[in-house]
Formats: sequence, C-alpha cells, structure tokens
Amino acid sequence: MSDALLEVEEVTKHFPITQGIVFKHEVASVKALDGVTLTVQRGETLGIVGESGCGKSTLARVIMRLLDPTSGTVRFDGKDLTALSEREMRPYRRELQMIFQDPYASLNSRKRVGAIVGEPLEVHRIGTDAERRRRVQDLLEVVGLNPEHYNRFPHEFSGGQRQRIGIARALAVNPKLIVADEPVSALDVSVQAQILNLLKDLQAEFGLTYVFIAHDLSVVRHISDRVVVMYLGKLAELARARDLYARPRHPYTGALLSAVPIANPRLGRQRSAFVLGGDVPNPINPPSGCRFHPRCPRAQEDCAANDPPLVHHGAGHEAACFFPLEKWPLTAAEMRMEAPGGEAAEVARVAEAHAGGPT
Amino acid sequence: MSVEPENRAAEPARRGDALLEVRDLRTYFKTDDGIVKAVDGVSFDVRPGQTLGVVGESGSGKSVTMMSILNLNPKPGRIQVVGDHPPGALMETFLHASKKHTSISTGTALFRGENLLQASKRRLRELRGSEISMIFQDPMTSLNPVLSIGDQLVEAVMLHRDVTSRRARELAIEGLKEVGIPRAERRIDDYPHQFSGGMRQRVMIAMALINDPALLIADEPTTALDVTTQAQILGLIRDLQSEHGTAVVLITHDLGVVAETADDIVVMYAARVAEHAPVFSLFEQPMHPYTWGLLGSLPRIDVELERLEQIRGQPPSLLRPPAGCRFRPRCPYAFDRCREELPEATPTAVDAGHLDACFLAEERKLEESRRVVAELALDVEAA
Repeated sequence: MSDALLEVEEVTKHFPITQGIVFKHEVASVKALDGVTLTVQRGETLGIVGESGCGKSTLARVIMRLLDPTSGTVRFDGKDLTALSEREMRPYRRELQMIFQDPYASLNSRKRVGAIVGEPLEVHRIGTDAERRRRVQDLLEVVGLNPEHYNRFPHEFSGGQRQRIGIARALAVNPKLIVADEPVSALDVSVQAQILNLLKDLQAEFGLTYVFIAHDLSVVRHISDRVVVMYLGKLAELARARDLYARPRHPYTGALLSAVPIANPRLGRQRSAFVLGGDVPNPINPPSGCRFHPRCPRAQEDCAANDPPLVHHGAGHEAACFFPLEKWPLTAAEMRMEAPGGEAAEVARVAEAHAGGPT
Repeated sequence: MSVEPENRAAEPARRGDALLEVRDLRTYFKTDDGIVKAVDGVSFDVRPGQTLGVVGESGSGKSVTMMSILNLNPKPGRIQVVGDHPPGALMETFLHASKKHTSISTGTALFRGENLLQASKRRLRELRGSEISMIFQDPMTSLNPVLSIGDQLVEAVMLHRDVTSRRARELAIEGLKEVGIPRAERRIDDYPHQFSGGMRQRVMIAMALINDPALLIADEPTTALDVTTQAQILGLIRDLQSEHGTAVVLITHDLGVVAETADDIVVMYAARVAEHAPVFSLFEQPMHPYTWGLLGSLPRIDVELERLEQIRGQPPSLLRPPAGCRFRPRCPYAFDRCREELPEATPTAVDAGHLDACFLAEERKLEESRRVVAELALDVEAA
C-alpha cells in the first residue's frame, strides 16, 4: 500500500438542513457520505459507480477539497489535505485537477479557448506570456484540437470538442491526479468513445491517475482498473474491474449489473433479469442497519439491525454484506435465496461465517 | 387522393399489415442560419403489437420524425405535395418565402390507412391521446405541476371517452394500479412533485395508456432515470404492451435498450435511415458502416474491450449536409459514388426485411460485418 497516491479515510459529509432566519438551527442533515474509506494507487484508474444520490459527486468534491468533510481525512501523496489552510492548499491544487460533466456549463462562455486553457498557468504563475501561449497550443494539440483555434469561443465548438478543452485545461499544470465527474455522460456514443480513448491515451502518456465517476456501468468497466460501488453514502463493494463484473458479491452490485441493458439481443434476452423494486431512500433519514436492506432481495432481520462491515473476498475484493452472492449469474430465485433443500443451510453457514468475520 | 412523393424509398418487406406506414417523410425548419433539414426522406413501418426501436445520436432526426407525424412541430407544420414537384425543392422555396421561423413536413404517414400528414387539426386532436399516445424523456416537464395527477388523468379520459367524472376517476385509479403505483386511491390526489422520477414516469405511462391506444411513442422514456429504475420502466412497458397488444415506437440513443426491447430497429444518421432491420439481424449481421461504428464505440458490460473503435469526426450540420451519402466524410469505406449520389435504404443480401443505405458491394459488407461482429463478440451466446 506504499504506492497510494490518494487515501480517503472514514470520510463523512453531512449537509445540515437549517430552520429559522436569524437564529438558524439544524433540524436534520443530509448524510451524503458516511464513513468512506478507499485508496487510489499511483497510475491507476479508480471507477466510482452508483445511482443518483449515492454520494459519488460529493466524494469527488471532498477529494478536491471543494467541500470540507464533516469528519475523516483525505491524504494526497502522504499529506493530509483536510488539515491545510487555503494558502497551504494552493500548491496541491496544481496536483489535483477536475473534469466536469457538462462541457457547456463548465467553460466560461465569454473567454477565448486560449484564456480558458491557460488560466491555471496564470493562477499558478507559471511561465511568461509567450511560454504560456506555446504551452496552451501544445495542449490543444495533445487533446486533438487544432492549435489555431486558440482565439475561438467555447460556443464555436461541439460538445465533444468542449470536453477536450476541459481536459486540456485540467492537464495544463501537469497534475498527478485527475478527478473526472461524469465526463462523458452528456456526449453521444461516437463522441464518448473518442473521449474515453483520449483519456486512456493521456494516462499512458503522462502517467496520470484517475478517479472516474459515472453512473454508466459499461463506461466504468471500460476505463477502470478498480471499481467502487456506492449506495447512499457508503461503499457497497470494491474490487478489480474484471472481478467485479464477472463475480459481484454485493446484492446491490448484482442488481445493478442485471439492470444494465446488454447490446447483444441474445445475451440480453436469455439472462434472467432481476429487477430491483422501489427507489433509493431519502439520505436525510437513511434506513437502519444495512442501507440497502429495504430493497434487498436477501435481507434478513440482522440486516435491519446491524451495519455490515466491508468483508474481504480475496484479491482486493471487498463487499459490505452479511449474505453475499454465492455465484454469478444468479436466477431471480437464487437472488432471493429461495433455493430449495440444503441450500438454506449453506446460506446460514455463509451468514454465520461473516457475522464472526473481520470488522 | 393520396400523395405520391417523388423520391419514393424502397418498398418495405412486409407491406400491407402495417399499423403505421411512413414514406419519404421530410421535415425542414427555417432558422436564422438557413434551412435545417431535420428529417430528409425517412420511410419505415410499425406493425401492430410490435416494438420498433429508433436509434441515433443527437440531431439524427429521430424525435423530429415522430413529432412530425403527430404534427407537434412549430406551425404551420405541413404543406401537401401532390404531383410532380420535387418535394425538397418546393419545401425550400416555401420556407425561403416565409418571414417567420417555421417548419414544414411532407410525405405520407398512414395510420390504419389514414394519412396523418393530411389530417385536420381536429382529427389529430382526436387521435392523440386515444389512438396514439406519447411519453417523453422528462416526466416533470410533461406533467402540469399545478394540477393533481388525478385531475390530469381524468382529463385525459374525459377528453376522449363519454364517461362520467366518477367513472373517469375509477379508470384513473385502475390505470395507476396497473403501472404499479402503491396506494393508488390516495396517491391520485398528489401533485407531480410528490413523486420520484421513476414514479412520475409511471404516471406518464398510465396517462398514455389510459385510453388503450394502438400506438405508443416513447421518446427516450428512461434516459433521465437511474439504471435500476430504467429496468423497472422498460419491464413495465413490455408487460403492458403484451397485455394490451399496443405497438411501441421506442426512440433512444441507447443500443442496449433497443437490443433488449425492440423487434425491429431503425438506425438514423443525419436525418436519414442508415439501416432498418429485425433486432437479431441488426446485431448479428449489421450492414451499414455507421452501424459498425456505433457498435464499436459502445463500452460493453458483457465483454472486455481493449480499445473502443471510434468513428472519426462529428455528425454533419443539417444546415449544409455533405453532398452524396451523409456519412461519407466519416466513413472509412467511402468511394467516388458516395460523394455523388444519396443512397436510399434498400434490401440487403441478409434478408428482404433488412434494409441499408450504402453503396458498398454486398460481398464486402457481409465480410466486414462478420469481422465487426467477431471482434465485438456480438455473436456470443449465453453460457
């Protein structure tokens, strides 16, 4: 674990809901993140998936220190960022850059492309005007744009090209870590493929480390070395991408995977789809115990009472579930653990093993 | 007297039994920058009880096609073209003459033999919501925020059926129950904002199906929803469809969604049909270079791909589309003829129901198709 670039430890982020005008008092809080621990190794891509409201974007903003966590630490290159003042933070801002979802909203429409891409250089006082200009033109070329477009405005570019501008801006100050929050979800498939390929190429060329946040499980599989599945502010499962998609352990991961439409009509129609009922609960008042238990097909009494810890399933594979999936794929009945005969005993045994397992 | 458009597209494979038969549909918009040819000669059939998936990227004309059929584009909406006028040129003349921003559509759209493009406003109002219903991407903007969903459902019933308001309310509750809204008797008096995104889309579906239409047009119905909610909604549409025998036109950008849901698929590119085929045929023997590009661009949940096969460049502007085949500037297979002629969707060597608009030699296409399918592991069957 010595080569970790980013270590997020027990991070919680609660957004208070206040009442009153002069004397504001907190009446409740939105528990966006609740004890998230993960590490990102140098040079890898960590994918974070989850449905809306699972806290993945909040996590991105806490990592970037655009938000201060309620508790917990974020260590970057061994340094605890949460303890730094704004001023002390400044040199680290160079190392951490972000790419946003909406290339229409994240670029200043009144500035020329040259100024947008060059702004980080100016902020960090890097180089002379002429050097900056050359650097920006190089960057435009690196991301596949014409350097002659230096003086154009963002509205003159298509969505995919704008996302390239956003990427060039993020690369300007030679960051170590790039946090990409849904960078391709606003793009059409053919343009999305171009941007995903570009991100992979840039990673190989500049040795970048990515935290890649998306709701699209196929995109995350394609780009990530390891994947984290989040549900209501907590980690549900964490594994190498290949293992997670071939052999999910958490029922929520299983439900997500069987909900994704497959672009292969025979495979898609043959599989026994398991459709999860209900909606994601309100994060102001999350369910007790395992946050997934009200929707979980395998939930038992224990799940409502106790919060399942992350349990190891070998080779960096962890899942927070008392009744992990025994195999994959599962039929809907197996998913509900309705299997006949001796398998009920098997289920109980697995459950017992995990109840006494590591915490 | 029926309209005989000039550029008649290929005869469909199963003529005669179609519920909706669209031929040479064109919709042009007048804008500040010039005339946008948003739909430019599109033909397809929808058969009763079947699902037609219409896929394409933004601006491919997939939504405008369906909006044109229901006359939901900006006014005046349409002119009739009878006789020898080349419709495209006539439309441009008309639009140039117009001072205002407007749109016009030509062609035919036969719904049970009746041309919707010639139907009166009154007739279309009768049809919409009773025989043909539509659901949209964002249920929050399609529902009226200041009326309870009960009021809106009752209105939908009473507009088209001669029933008492008491009976309409009963029907509304039944409809809500059918789409899986819990405690429908109480929730019927709630307002749209009191429902989650998935529940709102269920309400929209209840409203669309309340008069038991023969055709449901669903325009990106699950794009705004999370993946587990999407699975719920697609399952619901499938169940209701098989129960009521409704035909569905499913407009989407997601090839995975049509792969699992559609019987036939139309792939649109730059206002035209690139390929039109039964679902298995499209994925197992895709015949158009754009379809190959789309399939190769797609990150997959079922296969690990080292690198995505990207299509170079961007979709063309519909203000000044390229000469000849619209896909030519991005197509790695393009040759001289592609620059000079506009390909029509014609039957391929695969089977008579499989149409594509490409000049490439059939042999070459079959060969490339096999290569693409093998590379993308599209022929893999479940273990």
